[in-house]
Amino acid sequence: MKKKTKTIKVDYLARVEGEGGLFIKIKDDAVVDVKLKIFEPPRFFEGFLRGRDFKEAPDITARICGICPVAYQMSAVHAMENAFGVKVEGPLRELRRLLYCGEWIESHTLHIYMLHAPDFLGYQDAIQMAKDHKGVVERGLKLKKAGNEIVSLLGGREIHPINVRVGGFYKVFEKQDFEPLKETLKWARDAALETVRWAAQMPFPEFEQDYEFVALRHAEEYPFNEGRLVSNKGLDISNSEYEEHFQESHVEHSNALHSVLKERGAYFCGPMARYNLNFDRLSKLSQEAALQTGLGKECRNPFKSIIIRSIEVLYACDEALRIIESYEKPERPYIEVEPKVATGYSCTEAPRGILYHQYSLDEQGKILDAKIVPPTSQNQKTIEDDLRKFVPQYIELSQEKLTWQCEQAIRNYDPCISCATHFLKLNIERT
Amino acid sequence: MPREDKPKVAVWKFASCDGCQLSLLDCEDEFLALTQEIEIANFPEASRAVIEGPYDLSIVEGSITTPHDAERIQKVRQSSKFLITIGACATAGGIQALRNFKDVNEFISIVYATPAYIDTLRTSTPISEHVKVDFELRGCPIDKMQLIEVISAFLKGRKPNTPAHSTCIECKRRGTVCVMVAQGQMCLGPVTHAGCGALCPTYNRGCYGCFGPKETPNTSSLSSWLKKQGTENEQIVRAFRGINAYAEPFLKESELHEKENKNHKG
Repeated sequence: MKKKTKTIKVDYLARVEGEGGLFIKIKDDAVVDVKLKIFEPPRFFEGFLRGRDFKEAPDITARICGICPVAYQMSAVHAMENAFGVKVEGPLRELRRLLYCGEWIESHTLHIYMLHAPDFLGYQDAIQMAKDHKGVVERGLKLKKAGNEIVSLLGGREIHPINVRVGGFYKVFEKQDFEPLKETLKWARDAALETVRWAAQMPFPEFEQDYEFVALRHAEEYPFNEGRLVSNKGLDISNSEYEEHFQESHVEHSNALHSVLKERGAYFCGPMARYNLNFDRLSKLSQEAALQTGLGKECRNPFKSIIIRSIEVLYACDEALRIIESYEKPERPYIEVEPKVATGYSCTEAPRGILYHQYSLDEQGKILDAKIVPPTSQNQKTIEDDLRKFVPQYIELSQEKLTWQCEQAIRNYDPCISCATHFLKLNIERT
Repeated sequence: MPREDKPKVAVWKFASCDGCQLSLLDCEDEFLALTQEIEIANFPEASRAVIEGPYDLSIVEGSITTPHDAERIQKVRQSSKFLITIGACATAGGIQALRNFKDVNEFISIVYATPAYIDTLRTSTPISEHVKVDFELRGCPIDKMQLIEVISAFLKGRKPNTPAHSTCIECKRRGTVCVMVAQGQMCLGPVTHAGCGALCPTYNRGCYGCFGPKETPNTSSLSSWLKKQGTENEQIVRAFRGINAYAEPFLKESELHEKENKNHKG
C-alpha cells in the first residue's frame, strides 16, 4: 500500500519575535520530522563583546532584544557583580525588582493580548480582534502601558533603558517621584485580575506532558534576579554550576543553538516553569486568583500558559506596588565596583525564562570571553517535542486548522527568535 | 469613521532586535486609531494576515547581513512606493556592524560549533547601501512619537519634522547641567543626532550616541576636548565604535584614534 505523506509548512511564523518557520512531515498519521526553523540572521554578540569594558555590557547586551532589554541588563550586571564580589542590597536591589516588574507586565501583556489571545478567539491579529472585542484590546494596551511606565520612569525609556549600571543605577528617585505610578498600578492590578479571569475561560486543547521545568528559586521571593536553578526532576544548583549541567548543540535547521540538560535532555523554562516551581512564593492575591480559576498549583498544559502569564502580570503589579510603598531613597545611586581578574555568572528570569550570562574579565575589567544563553534557545527542543506529540492527537483536523494549531503550540512559549539567534556556545570547536 | 481606501503599510525585519518595530505596538494610546487610518498589510510580528503588495509605505527595520537578505531588500523596494528605514541597524548597520572591523569567520567560530551551517556576509550594512531609501529615522531605539510623525508625514505627502541638530542642543533646551563640563564625563551629545530628548544627561550620564551622527558633526573637536579631560585613545575608539560604529563620521573618527593608538604603542 502506498504511504500517505502530508506536510505542514509555515514559511514565516507570525506573532512571534524574530524570524522563524515551521516544517512538519507526516507519514501514515505518524510524525516523521519536526523542525522549528530559525533563519533569523546571527549577530555575533559574544564575538564583539570581547575586548569591551565590563561597564558597557548592560548597554550592549540590551541590544540583543528589544522586547526584554531589562532582562539582558539584569543578567549582565549581576554577572559582573558576581565576578567582582559585590552584592547590591537594600533599596537598589528593590529598584531592580521594580524595573523587572515593569518588563514582565509590558512583555507578558503584549503576548497575552496581541500575540496569543487572537489564536484562541480565531483572529489573525489583535487589530481584527479589536473590531469585536474593542474593550478587551483597549484594556490590554492600557495594561501594557502601565508596565512601560515603570520602565520609562526608572529606566529612562521603554526600549533599551539607559539607567542601569553595574553596581546600581545612574540616577535614583525621590519617594514622591513614584507617586503617579501608584494610581496607574492600582488600576493595573484590577485589570490584571480581570485578565486572569478572562484568560482562564479560553478554549484549551487537551494536551499535558511530563516536562522537566527549570526555573530560579529564591528563599523568600518569586524569582527575578536571584535564586538557585532548580527543576521538578531533582536539579538544584548554583548559577555558577550552569555549564556543568547544561549543554548547547548546533543543528542545521536553526541559527539558534539547542540547549539541553546533559543528563535528561529537553527542558522547559518560562512562566509555566516558574509557576510550577514557585507557586508558594506568589503574593496571596495572585495565589487566590490562580486557584479561583481552577488552575491548581501545578499545570502541564502549555496552551494554558496564557493564564499563567496573566497571573504573573498580577503578581508583578502587586509586587511593584509593594516596592513603591516601602521605598526609601538610597544614599547613593550605585556602589563602586573594582575590577579584577575573575569569571562571573548570573541567571535571571527574563519574561520568557532563565537568561544565563557568563563573563571572563581581565584585571582592568576588559571582557575576555562572554557566554549568553537566552530562554528561547532553551525551549526550542521542547517546542519541537510538543509538536511531535500534538500533531498525531489532532491529525483529523483540516490542513488549515492543524497548521494554525501548530503555530499556536509554538506561540505557547512566546518564543523570541531575535534573542535565540545571536549568542551561545563558548567552547570553540574549529572545523 | 475609518477610511475606505486606506493606504497599505508594510513592516519588514532584517538583522535587528525587533525593538524599533515594537515601538509601533508601544504606541498604546495611538495604535488602534492608527489602524483606522492605515491598512497594516504585512507586519508578521503583529499579524498572520498578509496582503500582497504593492505597498504605499514600507517601514524597514534591521541591517543587511546575509546574501538572502541582500536579495530580499530588492524585492521589498520594488513593491514599495515609499521606503523608510527605522533605527540604527537599518540606517547605519547597527551594533552588529562591529563585525565589519574584524574577521567575521573568527566570530562565527566563537559563537557556533559548526560554522558550515552559517551563511553570512562579511559585513553588516545599512539599507541605503542596497536600495534607494526615502527617509531614515534614527535611534536605538527610535522614538515612537517620531515614528508616528514620519508615518503621518509620508501619508500626507509632506516632509517629516525630525530635527537633525545635536543632542547637545536638546540638553540645553531642557536646562540639564552639562555632564561633560560640570562632571568631566565622556559625552557624545555634541556630535549625536537629536531625537531622544537628551535622555542620558538627565540621568547623570554622558550620551553614548544611540541616534548616530548629527548633520555635519565635528567629531575631531569633541575628541580633542575629551583628550584634554584625560580620556584615553582606546576609550575614544570604543565610544565611537558602538551602536552606530559604521556611520561614516563615527567610523572615520574611531579609525583615526585606533591608528594613533597603534602608533603610540608601536
